[in-house]
Amino acid sequence: MTTEAIEKAEKKEITETEHTRNVQHYRPNVDIVEQAEELIVLADMPGVSRDGIDIDFENGMLTIQGRLDRAGPDGMTLVSSEYGVGDFYRTFQVGEKIDGAKITAEFTDGVLRLHLPKVDQVKPRKIAVQAN
Amino acid sequence: MILRRLDANGPVLRIRNDVDRLFNELVENVSHGRVFAPFGQRAFPALNVWEDDRTLYAEAELPGFKMDELEIYVSGDELTIKGERKDDASEDVTYHRRERGVGSFHRAVKLPVEVDAEKVEASLSNGVLSMTLPKAQSVLPRKIEIKS
Repeated sequence: MTTEAIEKAEKKEITETEHTRNVQHYRPNVDIVEQAEELIVLADMPGVSRDGIDIDFENGMLTIQGRLDRAGPDGMTLVSSEYGVGDFYRTFQVGEKIDGAKITAEFTDGVLRLHLPKVDQVKPRKIAVQAN
Repeated sequence: MILRRLDANGPVLRIRNDVDRLFNELVENVSHGRVFAPFGQRAFPALNVWEDDRTLYAEAELPGFKMDELEIYVSGDELTIKGERKDDASEDVTYHRRERGVGSFHRAVKLPVEVDAEKVEASLSNGVLSMTLPKAQSVLPRKIEIKS
């Protein structure tokens, strides 16, 4: 195989925070990318529907929650289970100054894509050097 | 008779510690409902399989994949899933975290029974691949008529 093989990352269960909904919660795997104008957060949340997603940004804390749509087929017997299903939950302390009002999100194919635009003063500014 | 004390760093106790550790891991997996994974645990994607009298049903989490990036083959009791998730990283960005895998995978698993390859259906919804695999006619229970 020429391309790099995907490494299987075991889904991580969350144990430290308690949730009112009595289902298992998992940490979504994320990519966090910084660009000049914004931070982009990509989170894998398979099995969640658009309506089940809750994003919260307050005091630099970003919280992502995803509520599982359904767990398996009805009336069938589970014969082999290699992964657990449940809700997704993850919190980040965002160091960069983010304009909370301008955060946007898209959800396609089980992947949440969040755009966190930086506030104006932290964007790198190009300073023109004046000629004498 | 001379009884020798077992040295804590000696080979016997080391093996015993390893066995204890493996056993504890197993117990932990059982208590988390992760045990009984005859297909092996490390492979990607992980599969959950259900059955009823006539059908096998399998699910795999494949977030970010499109149907045309996946290939599914069924032959007898063997199911093969292949796919590739493209690396869409551009050059002038900084990754603070990179946990989502990219690249290609290929997984072949042996199903509990033979299935009817012609009637297998697969769909992809919100990053979850669902496969309905009707069992082959030869493995379905047959009611035997009793002759009077």
